[in-house]
Formats: sequence, C-alpha cells, structure tokens
Amino acid sequence: MTPVLQAIGVNKKFDAVVAAADINITIEAGERVSLIGSNGAGKTTFVNMITGYLKPDLGQIELDGNDITRLEPRAITRLGVARSFQIPQLFGELTVLENMLVATACHEARLSFWQPARRRSAMDRAQSLLERFALQEQRDRRVAELPGGVRKLLDIAMSLTAAPKLLLLDEPTSGVSADEKFPMMETIMGALDQERATTVLFVEHDMDIVQAYASRVIAFYSGRIIADAAPQAALANDDVRRYVTGELLSE
Amino acid sequence: MATVLPAAAPAPAIATAARGTTVLRAAACCVFFVAAGVLLPKWLTFLLTMAAANGLVSLGIVVLMRGGVVSFGQGLVFAAGGYAAALLFNKWGFHDLLGLALAGGVVAMLVAAPFAPLLSRYRGIFFAMLTLALSMVAYGLLMKLQVLGGSDGFNLGRPTLLGWALPDERVGYVLYSVTVTVATLMALLARIYFDSTRGLLTLAVRENELRVEYLGGSVRQAVAINFVLAAFCGGLGGALAAVALGHIEPNFSFWTTSGEFVFVAILAGWQSVVAVFVASAILELVRSFSSAYFPNTWQLALGIFLLVVIRFLPRGIGALWVKGVAR
Repeated sequence: MTPVLQAIGVNKKFDAVVAAADINITIEAGERVSLIGSNGAGKTTFVNMITGYLKPDLGQIELDGNDITRLEPRAITRLGVARSFQIPQLFGELTVLENMLVATACHEARLSFWQPARRRSAMDRAQSLLERFALQEQRDRRVAELPGGVRKLLDIAMSLTAAPKLLLLDEPTSGVSADEKFPMMETIMGALDQERATTVLFVEHDMDIVQAYASRVIAFYSGRIIADAAPQAALANDDVRRYVTGELLSE
Repeated sequence: MATVLPAAAPAPAIATAARGTTVLRAAACCVFFVAAGVLLPKWLTFLLTMAAANGLVSLGIVVLMRGGVVSFGQGLVFAAGGYAAALLFNKWGFHDLLGLALAGGVVAMLVAAPFAPLLSRYRGIFFAMLTLALSMVAYGLLMKLQVLGGSDGFNLGRPTLLGWALPDERVGYVLYSVTVTVATLMALLARIYFDSTRGLLTLAVRENELRVEYLGGSVRQAVAINFVLAAFCGGLGGALAAVALGHIEPNFSFWTTSGEFVFVAILAGWQSVVAVFVASAILELVRSFSSAYFPNTWQLALGIFLLVVIRFLPRGIGALWVKGVAR
C-alpha cells in the first residue's frame, strides 16, 4: 500500500543553521506519529515543508505517492493535508459557528454568491463537529472573547472540516494548563477516532502526552532524526534521553 | 467555562422565509420612495436621485471594506460608467435609461477587471494608493482627450424609458424613480451576497488571511472578485448620475470625488446596506444646505460630522440598527 506521506532525502538550511539534514520518513495510513525534539531541532520546519510554507533545498515530499514538494500551500491543503496552529489562527470578530462555516466553505469546489452561508446543510455539518469537540455551548460567542483552551480546540476542529488524509497538529496542548492537557487530548483524540481515515502527525513537548497518544515517535536533534520507533523504545533511547528529555546529561 | 452560559438556543438559520422577508422589505421600501416622490419638491427628488446614484458607488466600497481593503479611487469606475453612458447616448444614439445604466456598470467592470489581479496582492494603504493612482491617471487622460470634451466634458440629452419619451414635467420624477429602484435592487443583491457563503468568506479574509489560505480558500480571488463587483456598482452609479446631471466631466474621476465615496462608506459602516444610502443622503443634504448658508466652510461641517460619528459610532451609523458584531 502507498504510504500517506513520504519524505525522501529532504534537506533545508537557513544560512548556517541546518534545519533538516537528509530526512527520510515514511508514514502509513492511520498512524499517530508524534514529533519530539528541543526548540530549533527542526520539527516545525518539517511540518512547514509538508504544508508547502517552506520549500526544501533538496529532496522530495510525496503525498499518496504524488510529488507535492513544489506546490503552493493552498494546493496542498486541497489535496488533503490540514494543519492546526500552535497559536490558534481564527477569525476573531466572527462567532464560533461562523468560523466553522468558513472552514467548511473554504474547500467547496464552487463558492456560492447566492446560497445563504447559514443554510441548513452547512449548519448541520459545522454543528456535528462542534459537538464532537464539546464546543456547541460556545457556538454563538465571538471568538476573540474565548479562553485559550477553547480557541485551541476550535482551531483543530476547523482543520478537520475537510476530512483530511493527513492532519498536522502543531503543539496541540501548548499554552494549556497542566491539569487541562489530558482532558483536552482526550477530546481531540476522541474526535479524531471518528475520522479513521485521518493520519495524525503532532508536535509535542509533554512526554506523558506522547506516551499516551502516539503510536510512533520521531525524535529530532539539530535537523537529524535521532530516533524513530514506538513510544516506549524511542523514549528509552540514549540520544533521546540526552538531547530531548534531558534525562542523561550531555557531555 | 461552559457553565456560565445558558444552553444554546436553536441555530438561527437563514431559511428561504427569512430571505423572503428581506425581499418584501426592499420592495416596500422601493414602493414607498417612488410614491413619496410624487409629493416631494423637485429639489429634493433631485437630491435623492444623486444620493442614490452616489450611494451605489459607496456600496461598492462597502463590498471591498468587508474584505479589509478600501479603494480611494472609485472615481475611476464612476467616471467609466458615466462616460460610457454619455458616449452611448451621444455617439450611438442609444437613449434608454435602463440600458445606459446597465452599460455603465458593465463598462466599469471591464475597465476594472484587468487591474483586479494586480490590486488583489496589496492591502491597506498600498491598495488605497494604487486605486487612487489609477483614478488620477484616468483623470489626466480625460482632461487631455479632446474627443471626450477635455476638461469641460460634454452634455447629454434626455433619456427614454423602455421606448417611452419622457415629457418635460415628468423627467425628474422618472429619473428619481428609476434610480431609487435600481439602488434598492442593488442593495438587496448586496445583502444576499453578504449573507452568502462567499460573503462570509470575505469577512474571514478581513480577519485572518493566513488561515483562509490554510483552509484551502483563495484570498486574492476573494479580493479581486470584490473589486470587480464594486466596479459594477460604481459604474451603475456613474451612469445614473451622468444622466441625472445631463453632463459628464473629468471631475467624476478626481480624487475629491473618490474621497466623498469613501466618506459615505465610513459614515455608513459595513454592516447595513441601508446605511449606505442614508449616509449618502446625509452627505447630499449637508452639502446643499451648508453651501447655501455658509458656502466657504461647508467641508468643515462635514468634517465635524464625520469626527462625531467616528467617535461615537465607530462601526458607522449602520450600527444604530444592526445588532451583533461582524455581520
């Protein structure tokens, strides 16, 4: 079976800083992959290269066997790659429901000048996703006045409207208080369980969350992959303990 | 956080019934003004004709404003519509009022369309200045072109309506009725557009372009489409204004003309289509009364009025009767 995502020999430099050094990754459908690594290790650069925001200097990225390396972010989005943002990117003056309606509208083949945005069919789709993310109570609130955790959930709910093949979550629990992290991941992963076709790649700093929700862990250190294994094995790796979790002191 | 709010009420869907109400309201509004026109003095019907024609141009600016950009050069499409109607009238002998108005809108759209992809790359002051520059280039050309009457412009005669030659005593009233009807129709179409899927996307573009792109929507396409739609409104207004005045001149494209359209759009705010025409009527009233009573300082009166509105109604006079924030 063709893998969902394949990175072949991907390299990226920012002047002298190596953000990606010969990255080779193959991700199969249905995997829940966590990207870990300290700040500047190249996790977000990798995510940005998948979405087309950055172009690799060398190498190729394939989605379902098709080369997407040189495509624009919008074209890649339309092929089934969705992302959420570390700092939620929402439409502040619009309500929660309207944010969802925009998200569902954006990937319609032809946007209508005539049909009401709030027509029944569009509302039902938005509503069902809001319910899955336990956001229906906030439906008519203006997004700018929502608390951070709710904004994070909405950001992720919006990226799911297209039923993407590949979902990239950039630090889904960052900026959320420690005791809210697990309930929040429960909500997110619960909502994702109903999207069996969706493969998930998430950047995460909290190793408890990684252990609980990832099926596979890829650890980055200065642009290289230092471990790629099941969570247990990856977190026990010496390099990971030295460079990522800081359990072993580096010389 | 969920406990502070009462349980959500059923979602307010805009059903066909709600749209029916909007159409009925527009029709009632139109009938009211056309009927009232019989009783109104001539100077007032003329003033309202100009308010409706100019309001159409400002309606176009509101279309753009909802997407987060303001054009300071709508004089360009106003002039394009005006000259198109005037030339059709004089050179081709086409005299039908509705046909002239429509031709004005279409020509303005054709003039604006080639610039739409370029302008859609710019935002804020750059968008405003580029549109201003385009309108001033047009102004310069119109001043020089002797074929188009140069700086004096030229006159056009009295139109017909669907084959009916308008008698002297009726012409003002018929022009008024047609302009008000066209304006109502465009306001209605604008409302339908604002409430549509694409209309909501325009608001999203104003709020966060990055996210729109990452959801698969095209920001540039949205801005370009709005620019062309605004040009149609502006051309329609230009044609109707030229016919009502019986005259066209390069001043249609001058920057102070464009400035007045922006003034009206800001006064109106982006929430209500009715507010655009109310604001346009206010401008015409203030202009005619102030120039009668204090001719040299009437802009002062206008300026103070705008200051007060911006201070106390930052979302424009439309905020007086539209509830909610974004729509």
